[in-house]
Amino acid sequence: MKLQDIQSSGSKATRDGFGAGLLEAGRQNPNVVGLTADLLESLQMQHFRKEFPERFFQCGIAEANMMGIAAGLASGGKIPFTGTFANFSTGRVYDQIRQSIAYSHKNVKICASHAGLTLGEDGATHQILEDVGMMRMLPGMVVINPCDYNQTKAATLAIAEYYGPVYLRFGRPAWPVFMPENQKFEIGKAVLLAEGTDVTIFATGHLVWTSIEAAKALAAEGISCEVINIHTIKPLDETAVLDSVSKTRAVVVAEEHQRNGGLGDAIANVLVHQLPVPVEYVGVKDSFGESGKPLELLDKYGLAQKDVIWAVKDVLERKPSR
Amino acid sequence: MAELPKLTELATQVRRDILRMVYTVQSGHPGGSLGCVEYFVALYGAVLKHRAKPFRMEGKKEDLFFLSNGHISPVWYSVLARSGYFPVAELNTFRKLNTRLQGHPTTHEGLPGVRIASGSLGQGISAAIGAALAKRLDQDDRFVFCLTGDGELQEGQCWEAIMFAAHHKVDKLIVTVDWNGQQIDGANDDVISLGNLPAKWKAFGWDVLVLENGNDLGAVIAMLRRAKRRCGKGKPVVVLMKTEMGYGVDFMQGTHKWHGKAPNQEQFEQAMAQLPTTSLGDY
Repeated sequence: MKLQDIQSSGSKATRDGFGAGLLEAGRQNPNVVGLTADLLESLQMQHFRKEFPERFFQCGIAEANMMGIAAGLASGGKIPFTGTFANFSTGRVYDQIRQSIAYSHKNVKICASHAGLTLGEDGATHQILEDVGMMRMLPGMVVINPCDYNQTKAATLAIAEYYGPVYLRFGRPAWPVFMPENQKFEIGKAVLLAEGTDVTIFATGHLVWTSIEAAKALAAEGISCEVINIHTIKPLDETAVLDSVSKTRAVVVAEEHQRNGGLGDAIANVLVHQLPVPVEYVGVKDSFGESGKPLELLDKYGLAQKDVIWAVKDVLERKPSR
Repeated sequence: MAELPKLTELATQVRRDILRMVYTVQSGHPGGSLGCVEYFVALYGAVLKHRAKPFRMEGKKEDLFFLSNGHISPVWYSVLARSGYFPVAELNTFRKLNTRLQGHPTTHEGLPGVRIASGSLGQGISAAIGAALAKRLDQDDRFVFCLTGDGELQEGQCWEAIMFAAHHKVDKLIVTVDWNGQQIDGANDDVISLGNLPAKWKAFGWDVLVLENGNDLGAVIAMLRRAKRRCGKGKPVVVLMKTEMGYGVDFMQGTHKWHGKAPNQEQFEQAMAQLPTTSLGDY
């Protein structure tokens, strides 16, 4: 696909894509059940509950118990989808996930909304920027961070079909929708959005759109960016990473997360062993967030279009000439 | 109870197994294990409707058991093996490299009988509730049992689960509390008092049963059967079961000191001398 052909058809929140996907997954499979910890509508789970009230469990403000109940439901053959904010889906319940879900290999789908800075005004207590790192360290955990409404809906349907623990991360704000409707979502398979020759931008979540916009601006300056959407951070599509980088020999990774522990580290880990090239990170630099509007926050913390552009230029300066 | 003599002999054998397992690797938790022998023997020998082979994770149409205080794995392993879940000889691998009998129980190595990992405390009641909800969705009217320690009730998650089960009327659930009054650092009352346990559970909406002698096998069987009859009436059921840590070995009894400590050779021989060999034979 050409960069210029990637257009937004409007804006919708990724969490709405989750809500729509969960309802459809519930229709497709009677074993799908839902749980929330007092955040029904924030996660857009009310559609599922309305249609399947007996398959939905309100847990109250008690996330640890919700994770344990989900593990128990899974041991009885159900496919539980837990829904709360990303902060309360990970840091608050890390040990419950580690022991009762990951180590016990339970088929639980940990669905986490309001991740990252774009949560906005609620501020740093709720803006988790460490969740991907925590979850990708757990053996056997699949970690997915889709980029728009359509991809989130497709991912929700795909993880219902997959057996094993999954962390599905999405967000609060309305965000450009640019991926095709009713797409097939393949867990662990990177999506090549635009081919390029000078540098590869690997992006996940909300920053995929930001990266596309940056690549368009860079194209006008004569810099050719390959843009790859990594929706599945674990297992990482190493083949796609190596194929692209062996061509471009320079990398920018963009994510709404700490630089520590996120997609950047996952990709750098592959490259440092197999194909050492210059890498620049677009991510939060060892800092908590704060209150503000989503776009203001992305700008202040270095996760905006301008930051992707600078990162590309920086990495190109470090790229050895042939 | 025609089965009582046979199960009494099994209880003695289980105690021998526990001591031999812990002594062999010089690690593990004999105190709580010995105190809960009657519970496990009663549960697996006279109360649970279950199938050892083939073990089925989902356990549809079976009664299920979840252990929350995973450190008392020796007693569970012994009873599982002697109920046919896996070869008795495998008890000899307890806590050794490449074993399925990990220090704390886990599904990771595929040990039959275990449905979830436990060890980090306070998580078992939640898992048991989830399993009971799955049964309710499947219109499977069998029971879910869970054993939890008493000190473990200091974990907040327990009370989240206790509140949830009452609210959602999870009434095919029987939680038993191993109420031995002890934990690693001493008596519950010296560490963090549990207060009036029966009143607390009652206030949280549970049907509360108290068993004064949880080391009397006949009494445990009768109580668990009674608990089953109390199910299905809109409330979860809890059995507050008073036991003595280390029961069956005089110098281990009633103290927290043997919570997580293995006996030396002299202590081991002294303990085994109090537990006659049985027709079941050592592993």
